[in-house]
Amino acid sequence: MKNEAFEHMQSAHCENGVAASLLRYHGLDFMTEPLAFGMGSGIFYLHIPFLTISNGPAITYRSMPGWIFSRTCKSLGVKVHRQKFRDEMKAQKYLDDKIMEGVPVGCQVGVFNLPYFPPEYRFHFNAHNLIVYGKENGHYLISDPVMETVTTISEEDMLKVRFAKGPLAPHGHVYFPEKVGIVTEDMVKKGIIKGIKRSAREMLHIPGNIGGVAGIKYTSKQIRKWRDKLGPRKAGLYLGQVVRMQEEIGTGGGGFRFLYAAFLEQAHAYLPNDELLNISQDFTKAGDLWRASAIQMGRIYKGRVDNEQKDFEICADILVEISDIEKQAFQKLKKLKLG
Amino acid sequence: MKKEELPQDKSALASMTRELMYVKDKEGKYTTDLSTGWEVKKDALDNAWDDIRERVEEARLAVKNGEKSPICYFMELRIMDVIVLSGYTGFWGFTIKRHMKPSVFKSLSEKKLDIYAQAFNISIDELKNFKGE
Repeated sequence: MKNEAFEHMQSAHCENGVAASLLRYHGLDFMTEPLAFGMGSGIFYLHIPFLTISNGPAITYRSMPGWIFSRTCKSLGVKVHRQKFRDEMKAQKYLDDKIMEGVPVGCQVGVFNLPYFPPEYRFHFNAHNLIVYGKENGHYLISDPVMETVTTISEEDMLKVRFAKGPLAPHGHVYFPEKVGIVTEDMVKKGIIKGIKRSAREMLHIPGNIGGVAGIKYTSKQIRKWRDKLGPRKAGLYLGQVVRMQEEIGTGGGGFRFLYAAFLEQAHAYLPNDELLNISQDFTKAGDLWRASAIQMGRIYKGRVDNEQKDFEICADILVEISDIEKQAFQKLKKLKLG
Repeated sequence: MKKEELPQDKSALASMTRELMYVKDKEGKYTTDLSTGWEVKKDALDNAWDDIRERVEEARLAVKNGEKSPICYFMELRIMDVIVLSGYTGFWGFTIKRHMKPSVFKSLSEKKLDIYAQAFNISIDELKNFKGE
């Protein structure tokens, strides 16, 4: 069984990609990755103190897994069906039944056992997303949004990745749009505005000092302390982890900031307020600075031990600058009169 | 980032795909382009793997010297931490830490060893007989 109508579309980020592909499949031809990302308020920043992931700092540049798709669908009045399973065989049967019905299904998976991922990328990361659009000869037909082409996974491997364990364990999580009504241009406009305002609120006003634009400053302060606290080698490894979270496959570059800038540009087509284009430039600048900070961090961890405190200070200073730029940009977005 | 500035460096992703990035075209509008990789990222990933290899080696020596049980070694080898291993085994974190003591490990039941062996994707014998050699 193969769904011939389904079209693979490559995207930067897996969840946006699944969202955009599934919505397009269900007739929403205007949907793009940046739109899904922006309407779903995907942009974010959070540095969780005292928690280490893979023996490095816990930093995210995006909102909670699953939220982008949920929020975007909610804005467009699309009803989403989500289901998790305890029983692996029931999970498999459910997926197989849906495929036989011709429904492309979004699946949350862990990447540790994902066969087509290069070994270097197989960590215990459990919030990857892909679409199953068919099954042939015991192999699932897979559209993984971060890939250029479609691929396949065996039945056995599929169970492993759907039932990966650890933080954010998928528990066989499947999801797909159940009911897509008529989506008017007005709904899209409202969804864009809602997404923008929600992001501004989250980035500016999240309580505490570890999230949003304040969180970027928090990270900057931590970076200044890392070398003394952890020693040059481990401090370098920590910076490496920051860069990986920020730039690794799935971010579109610059910790999702380029993706957000692209969203504001596309939003302008629906809401012709030129200020959107100016603020888009601000995010491009923020993204460029994120990249610049990565290059500076790279100089440190490439040298590994012969780094100096002043090298860390340079990284930290760039982050302060980014925090200020993003703060001003979100303040502008917050005040902006749109439609 | 401008389209012409998009790095096309070698990376481990080569065997799988090029990645999609958001870049500006000549008119200053956003478009997408494919990248084979970026050296800055590659170095970060290489460092992370160097660190993993060192941790595995440290764990191996700890088992050899009788300081830690093989559970510690295989946990590092499978790039897990106690939280992930707890997810796969259903044991609490502090229980796992206890099982990492060689004296406690020796008295573990076959049933518990089997749970660990499955989590590490090895046989019970491989787990029991690992001496850090």
